[in-house]
Amino acid sequence: MIRRFIQNAGWPRIIIALFLLGLFIAAPFVGVRVDTSLSNTLVRFGMNGVMVLAMIPMVQAGCGLNFGLPLGIIAGLLGATLSIEWNTEILAWLSGLGTQYKISWLNDMFVTAWREPLGFASAIIIAVPIAAILGWFYGKLLNRVKGDEMMIATYVGFSSVSFMCIAWLLLPYKHPTMVWGYAGKGLRTTISVEGYWLHVLSDSLALNIQTDDIHLYIPTGMLIFFAVMAVLVWIFMRTKTGTAMTAVGSNPEFARASGVNVDHMRTVAVMMSTILGAVGIIVYEQSFGFIQLYMGPFYMALPAVASILLGGASVNKAGILNVIVGTFLFQGILTMTPSVINSYLQTDMSEVIRLIVSNGMILYALTRKVRAGR
Amino acid sequence: MSEGNTPLLRLDHIGKEFYGNRVLSDISFDINAGEIIGLVGENGAGKSTLLNILFGMPVISSTGGHEGKIQIDGRNVNFTSPNQALAHGIGMVHQEFSLIPGFTAAENILLNREVLNGSSMSYLFSDRVSTLNRTAMNERARAAINTLGVNISPYMSVSEMPVGYKQFIEIAREIDRKNTRLLFLDEPTAVLAESEAEILIAALKKLARSGIAIVFISHRLSEVKELCHRILVLRDGRLITDRPADELTTRQIASLMVGRQSSSVDLEKHEIPEEIPAEPETADSVLASPKKKKKIRPALKVEHLWVDMPGETVRDVSFEVKKGEIFGIGGLAGHGKLGIPNGIMGLYPAGGTVRLFGRKLTLNKPRAALGRKMAFVSEDRRGVGLLLDEPLDWNITFTAMQTQGRFLLGIPYIFQVRNEHAMRREARKFIDSLSIKCTGPGQLAGELSGGNQQKVCLAKAFVLRPNILLICEPTRGIDIGAKSLVLDTLKEYNRENGTTIIITSSELEELRSVCNRVAIVDEGKIAGILPASSPAEDFGMLMMGQTRHDEEGEESA
Repeated sequence: MIRRFIQNAGWPRIIIALFLLGLFIAAPFVGVRVDTSLSNTLVRFGMNGVMVLAMIPMVQAGCGLNFGLPLGIIAGLLGATLSIEWNTEILAWLSGLGTQYKISWLNDMFVTAWREPLGFASAIIIAVPIAAILGWFYGKLLNRVKGDEMMIATYVGFSSVSFMCIAWLLLPYKHPTMVWGYAGKGLRTTISVEGYWLHVLSDSLALNIQTDDIHLYIPTGMLIFFAVMAVLVWIFMRTKTGTAMTAVGSNPEFARASGVNVDHMRTVAVMMSTILGAVGIIVYEQSFGFIQLYMGPFYMALPAVASILLGGASVNKAGILNVIVGTFLFQGILTMTPSVINSYLQTDMSEVIRLIVSNGMILYALTRKVRAGR
Repeated sequence: MSEGNTPLLRLDHIGKEFYGNRVLSDISFDINAGEIIGLVGENGAGKSTLLNILFGMPVISSTGGHEGKIQIDGRNVNFTSPNQALAHGIGMVHQEFSLIPGFTAAENILLNREVLNGSSMSYLFSDRVSTLNRTAMNERARAAINTLGVNISPYMSVSEMPVGYKQFIEIAREIDRKNTRLLFLDEPTAVLAESEAEILIAALKKLARSGIAIVFISHRLSEVKELCHRILVLRDGRLITDRPADELTTRQIASLMVGRQSSSVDLEKHEIPEEIPAEPETADSVLASPKKKKKIRPALKVEHLWVDMPGETVRDVSFEVKKGEIFGIGGLAGHGKLGIPNGIMGLYPAGGTVRLFGRKLTLNKPRAALGRKMAFVSEDRRGVGLLLDEPLDWNITFTAMQTQGRFLLGIPYIFQVRNEHAMRREARKFIDSLSIKCTGPGQLAGELSGGNQQKVCLAKAFVLRPNILLICEPTRGIDIGAKSLVLDTLKEYNRENGTTIIITSSELEELRSVCNRVAIVDEGKIAGILPASSPAEDFGMLMMGQTRHDEEGEESA
């Protein structure tokens, strides 16, 4: 029975889980609180969950791991910055709508009270169509390079980030909280979302116990949001389209012989992944508190890729459970190593361990793909 | 033939098994110097395995070696690598070219046997650092090419040559090897035009006169008869005939190749139903209503179909299939028989007209073909036929789900989720009825044996409730028990549902035992359509590209 459990869970997960467990056990001995560590892990889990979820459609459709996640993130960043840029206008427009169509509850009072959630929603609403358009082109590109998707995706991510470095400077943003103070134009590298939608999800329904004995914070709203997204993806993968997508990933020739338009399915999958990436970064920012532009998204794909692989996904099969397990383990390691190991060794090992785990996982998964290759 | 002296090559009771599957048994023959032997047989008769054994291909030694003895000049040899065979003077020209396109003719002919210039560097290190003596190389290459009686410049780059030239270069390379005494040619004329083939045959005769023994493998029987001194016929891994060529007619060779006399074939004749069972589909049932008693429209009418399927090109094919008929398509590998069903289903670029029950079918769109209630079982089971990494219920119901909207819950076009319960139930139904050996509908298709995978493919097609079922190579790579089960299932399905079935197979016996009529495809065209009860040699003649004209000429001779 133990052997079957090991076989089902896989050695990498068991080793990482035991390591994580060891860190939690060791924590009190080096003066690190278990409850704060757990809270931090949960927060990071919620922050990154949706971005890891963004791997699923592309993996299932046979486009490999979404190393082009930065493209989706850029769509999310555009949504986030535009929601701040146009914040006043959007809110005014909403209350105007209420007056125009005689919707009694949609008035100034409501808009003011729900200013932050509305701002967050507007960021997502702006980001999704941008992500869909970028994803469409990205999908078309990946259809031309079948077999080499992951390498091309990596460069799509890198080059789009570099392109946006120029764009962030040139785009005519005006909002004083976002542009450089000395020039009055060009976006800053880091933009605070405080006053707009900081912690909208994290703090709603949050469980926050801060006493002398317990420091526990559970970002319930953010976890629920992740759960809802996960369920949506889960349901989607069970629809007719989702089933076709999985078949395309499993055997494109079979899918074609069954009358499925393979390229179309792949494009849809890439669009979905890009959209999820956009939503994911907005969730991340509301919790983190800052929008990071310029080189911020550059390496964002690697932790997400590593997480889903750590969760037991392969290059051509991934499920929701892989996302949940993988994100929890990966973020757990990330939270625990700096506090525990650093207190123990008195040196900063966190970055080293993070790199070993994330790159090691990617390497492991890619070599496994070669072995399973038909 | 034997003049008392030891033969160049003697095979003594050669046999070979691959994983318990016997492909060769008890092959014994001699080859003398200067003799040309024609080796003929259908696909899968064991020719390639025999060549692999003689050439010491690793495929043989890695699967447990072979039985029997090989003697060269009366001494026992046992090759474990092609290099040893080369050292004993055995040369081989393969069906696929093994030439380097960017190199010249001379460079290809002398590859790894280059003429070297001595230099101080080669004393210090080894010959690896010597430079090439191009002049001498080109002279040697020219000499080798001239032996063949053709005129090809040794400076010509292989990539710029027509296919015929490449074949000559391949042969020239073998001749250039000084010790070559025995040359195996695997279908050397398959890619040649008639005139080129004639030059090659003349060249081979010339070579044989110089004392080189040649084993010539070809499907073109007239060539074999013209060129060879002796003809060996292989069938099902056995040596059926070893006789001088002038004692045999091409017709006799053909009948020896394809098998037993027609009387021994167990032909279960079933009538093509004159009366058409009620059609479920409205449009078609009006057209083919049995009450009207008017001329029955053919279930499938194909006119001037061409299909661009790599390795199986279909050039111009026309035929009709009656409703309720089991129609067979046979022919040698590579002549386009597989291209026909693949083209009709829209899997490869195709043109021409295909009519189903009188209505034209949109080609090049698998969805259109599936939408017209055609089902397809691919010859490439693992590549096209199955989702190896998905469970059986997926494999069985996926096509029906995608094209007919079955096994789904919810509102069509708006929101539909797959009905896993119904999928599993359907899968279980077929697992029982086709007795698929598996742990249940949840097992992955890749874990099943070949025969059971084939049954899953059939189930996938049956779920579609097709009007026309196209099946490619239904018994390829499955064991005998499963074979008869698959064929019986098809016959039963045809009888019970009146489904028109088109079977494409390389095994003629199989087609003759199941089908009503069999079409033989040769070089992308239909060579002829015969009732399954026709004698085997008639099919054989069609397969070997013997037109009636050739045959008559020969009979009178």
